[in-house]
Amino acid sequence: MFSYNFHWNQAFKALPQMLDGALVTLQIALLSMAIGLVVALALTLFRLSGNRILNGFATVWVEIARNTPALFQIYMAHFGLGSFGIHLSPYTALLIGIAFNNAGYLAENFRGALKAIPETQTRAGRSLGMTPLQAFRYIVMPQMLRIAFLPATNQMVWAILMTSLGVTVGMNTDLAGVTQALNAVSFRTFEFFALAAVIYYVIAKAVTVLARLAAARMFRY
Amino acid sequence: MIEIENVRKSFGQLEVLKGINLTVQKGEVLTIIGGSGSGKSTLLTCINGLETIDAGRIVVDGTDVHAKATDLNKLRRKLGIVFQQFNAFPHLTVLENVMLAPVKVLGQSKAEAEAMAVKQLTHVGLGDKLKVYPSRMSGGQQQRMAIARALAMSPAYMLFDEVTSALDPQLVGEVLDTLRMLASEGMTMICVTHEMKFAREVSDRVAFFHKGVMAEIAPPEELFGAPKNPELQTFLAATH
Repeated sequence: MFSYNFHWNQAFKALPQMLDGALVTLQIALLSMAIGLVVALALTLFRLSGNRILNGFATVWVEIARNTPALFQIYMAHFGLGSFGIHLSPYTALLIGIAFNNAGYLAENFRGALKAIPETQTRAGRSLGMTPLQAFRYIVMPQMLRIAFLPATNQMVWAILMTSLGVTVGMNTDLAGVTQALNAVSFRTFEFFALAAVIYYVIAKAVTVLARLAAARMFRY
Repeated sequence: MIEIENVRKSFGQLEVLKGINLTVQKGEVLTIIGGSGSGKSTLLTCINGLETIDAGRIVVDGTDVHAKATDLNKLRRKLGIVFQQFNAFPHLTVLENVMLAPVKVLGQSKAEAEAMAVKQLTHVGLGDKLKVYPSRMSGGQQQRMAIARALAMSPAYMLFDEVTSALDPQLVGEVLDTLRMLASEGMTMICVTHEMKFAREVSDRVAFFHKGVMAEIAPPEELFGAPKNPELQTFLAATH
């Protein structure tokens, strides 16, 4: 009944290739977070703007990003846009899909953080002659980022794991893509995916630990 | 000069200011006393345009505060205000709290703003707390920092909105001392306060607000010594 023979050697031999793939994974995750953060800040400002069109745009973005499968979001960036003649490489499509997802979750995260900052902080800034944007930029935003920082770390971990969905749009240079390719020629499915899983785990854990250390340094108050 | 002419203000059905007329001269210290809900705090936030008004006008040095064309951000530079809640910016040190607006709003250089901040913080007795975060300070210290922060903008007028109301009793004195010092230096001040002894000491005039009306205004000896308004008599009897 249990006659499978493990061949770990094959998997370990491929480790350098897989680690190269892991670098691509990390790169996509980091870039998608950077883009996601900037877009999420913009969406947050749109929601605060009081302008119905901007607010509506941001709300629709957040709703779609949070309530549809990440896989579909990546599919849309690749095959969906492809239908309209916009052909993105798997790398770009994956990056855009994850950044879209990140922006939605982070914007919601920022909204929660904003609620925790008393309105009187803005009032104090305004009474010192600041414009609404200055009060946001120098008083509210730094406090918001602190509150949102650890939840944002979770999103970073999620972004790393989401990159594995890239195989569905033909991504073959990231960790999941490389693993899938190795599996296809060796059929050592368990060994390769187990090893890949360990690498994902280590990266995700490292990000969490580094983020905690960074938070302790950055937020001294 | 701050000229308040027939100012009315409602929150929904509730009219909190029912036609206030008042002029504050340069160098004058005016305190406003009265029960809660009498409209005194609302008046202060109307003076610096944080609140709109429904009728009348408020003119500060010739500028109509609530006129559409008025640049409120610019006007607020001359109207320092300190609130009941200290509103310290928790992510900035004491020094950074005070430097922020002069750098970002007035466009001062960091060095210039720091020199001013150190001067004002020393003035309010916080010269040794420059690098400290507000969360490490007492309420009284945070409130003095808020005063220094407002003073660093070199305002022509200072508005104080019950600045001692949120303090533990033993910390009230240090903040009032700071206000006394400012008054003695000739700062034009409007103080909304519940501290009767303080009002009696520092004011040129004291105004008593009751239910949205300025029921009486007089120099302190007269207002406290021989109150005419029956509501004021009741109020003073209850607070003495």
